[in-house]
Amino acid sequence: MNPATTAAQPLTALFHPASSPDFVPREPLWALQSQRLREVVCRTYEGVPLYRQRMQKHGVTPADIGTVEDVQRLPFTTKADLRDAYPLGMLAVPLHRVLRMHPIGGGPGQRMAAAYTKRDLAAWGELVVRCLASCGVSQGDVIQNACAYDLFTDGPGLHYAGECLGATVVPIAGGDAARQLAVMKDFGVSILCSTPSFLVYLLERAEKTGVDLRGLPLRAGVFVGEPWSEAMRKRIEESAGIKAYDVYGLPETIGPGMAVECRHQSGLHVFEDHFYPEIVDPASGAPRAQGEEGELVLTTLSKEAMPLVRYRTGDLTALLAGPCPCGRTLRRIRRIDRRADEMFVIQGVTVFPSQIEAALLAVEGALPPYQLVLTQEQGLDQLEVQIEVTARIVSDRVGAMEGLQSRLAEEIEKSLGISVPVRLVEPHAIERSQGKAKRVVDRRGASS
Amino acid sequence: MRIPQLSLFIDNQPGRMIVPCKLLADAGINIVTLSLADTKQFGILRLIVREWQRAREVLEAAGWVVAVTEVLAVEVDDRPGGLVELLRLFEQAGINVEYMYAFTARLGNRAMLVFRFDDLDAAISALTRAGINPVSPIGLYDHLDEE
Repeated sequence: MNPATTAAQPLTALFHPASSPDFVPREPLWALQSQRLREVVCRTYEGVPLYRQRMQKHGVTPADIGTVEDVQRLPFTTKADLRDAYPLGMLAVPLHRVLRMHPIGGGPGQRMAAAYTKRDLAAWGELVVRCLASCGVSQGDVIQNACAYDLFTDGPGLHYAGECLGATVVPIAGGDAARQLAVMKDFGVSILCSTPSFLVYLLERAEKTGVDLRGLPLRAGVFVGEPWSEAMRKRIEESAGIKAYDVYGLPETIGPGMAVECRHQSGLHVFEDHFYPEIVDPASGAPRAQGEEGELVLTTLSKEAMPLVRYRTGDLTALLAGPCPCGRTLRRIRRIDRRADEMFVIQGVTVFPSQIEAALLAVEGALPPYQLVLTQEQGLDQLEVQIEVTARIVSDRVGAMEGLQSRLAEEIEKSLGISVPVRLVEPHAIERSQGKAKRVVDRRGASS
Repeated sequence: MRIPQLSLFIDNQPGRMIVPCKLLADAGINIVTLSLADTKQFGILRLIVREWQRAREVLEAAGWVVAVTEVLAVEVDDRPGGLVELLRLFEQAGINVEYMYAFTARLGNRAMLVFRFDDLDAAISALTRAGINPVSPIGLYDHLDEE
């Protein structure tokens, strides 16, 4: 075999050319990060009054920033800051340079804005392209983009990147399962972009109408928008016959496209040329050691319109040690399978919806629609797990239903360490989610 | 001889039971007999309906999840001890009865009972061996038409 030709057989034949920034060696990456951080700090110091005032109060100036590790000298930015600054208080450039503005966040008091200059849009596009490429998407794929386009950055972000990649994009957004399944079949869709909850919803409808996704050309799902468990991933992969990839992104920082799984699905590679990740103690803000779990803090290294410095994401994760078999030099974060703000404390124990979800999946192998109802009785928080009776679990025998209820309660108790009531409820008592599943219904504070 | 029974899971809340009953009534479907098993939190409403497929469609179209189970209709003499003899037969044959309830209609001086068995095939064999023929759906509905 001719050594010259084997040497020219690149590992990158396995990778899309768009992914090459994922393989930049650490030294030049660090130099790039350091340079970009200095620029971001200057930009925010000069352009955003909130940042300047805070830095001054903190006794820090742009001159104090040399290397990217110096980011630790800077104060944090929080969601509350973005809400208070709504709509334009965090803008670092004049409005006429902003080509896109997404309204994000919730209702009054929770609204935020995500703004993009021309370069921001180009960078965002490049990042989402790298996400898609990491999931094996390329020209020739037909992408069904079922992500929301209104009030979310996911729809437009994936749409634009899909086209940049040269794939065929079907901008169907959410809703109407029958239509989604018809399009999936008729257009020969190979890639689905959506929230994991949405595919669960489609699978439920498909089962009802006798459609088997495993017989379709659909081969991968690129999932955004909400935390989801490993058990949920396995379930999706089996039922739909696809590889299910996780993409992480927050609309405040850029939208989807901050970190993505590769084909090894063992952690998400953070696009460190554009985002600098830190893991801190959620209470004190002190840095955690490598590999320890804590709150993810992100600094945007390239954003012009609304840069964020040390943004507290509220998401809990850890930075994974060691190289990934894929060869990417970008560090990985552990999959985020729970939302920090969906956590609550019952009988002194911290409970995450994902723990309950894992228990339900363990008993049933499938995930019936469920809700966690929080109430308050005599000042104490109470939790009831409500599980909908679906065609899969319905029975004519009381014993079978009660037996199921006990098994679910037992498994949940095993998972949480405390016993909580489980109630089976009528079909369609629980609202279906087409976007992000609302698992927790909080009735605390309502008069008991 | 196997009779399809529909069953529905219903929250044990005031007003819930009316919903499926009204759906069927509005569709012109008559319930032949029914039984409601209750627990603190929920009930299971079991229905024997002649047009069971249409009934199922009506209920499912309204979002109900309907289980269909095969049950048997067996006649017993309508006198003290009539039921005991039958149950003894089941016991001796090792047949387990999950639940039972009565038909509102009667055949002459015989009562008709609905049985849901753990093992339907074994129950049918045991009954046949004992010379007892469960009432077939046709027999049941012919009789109802005569009444």
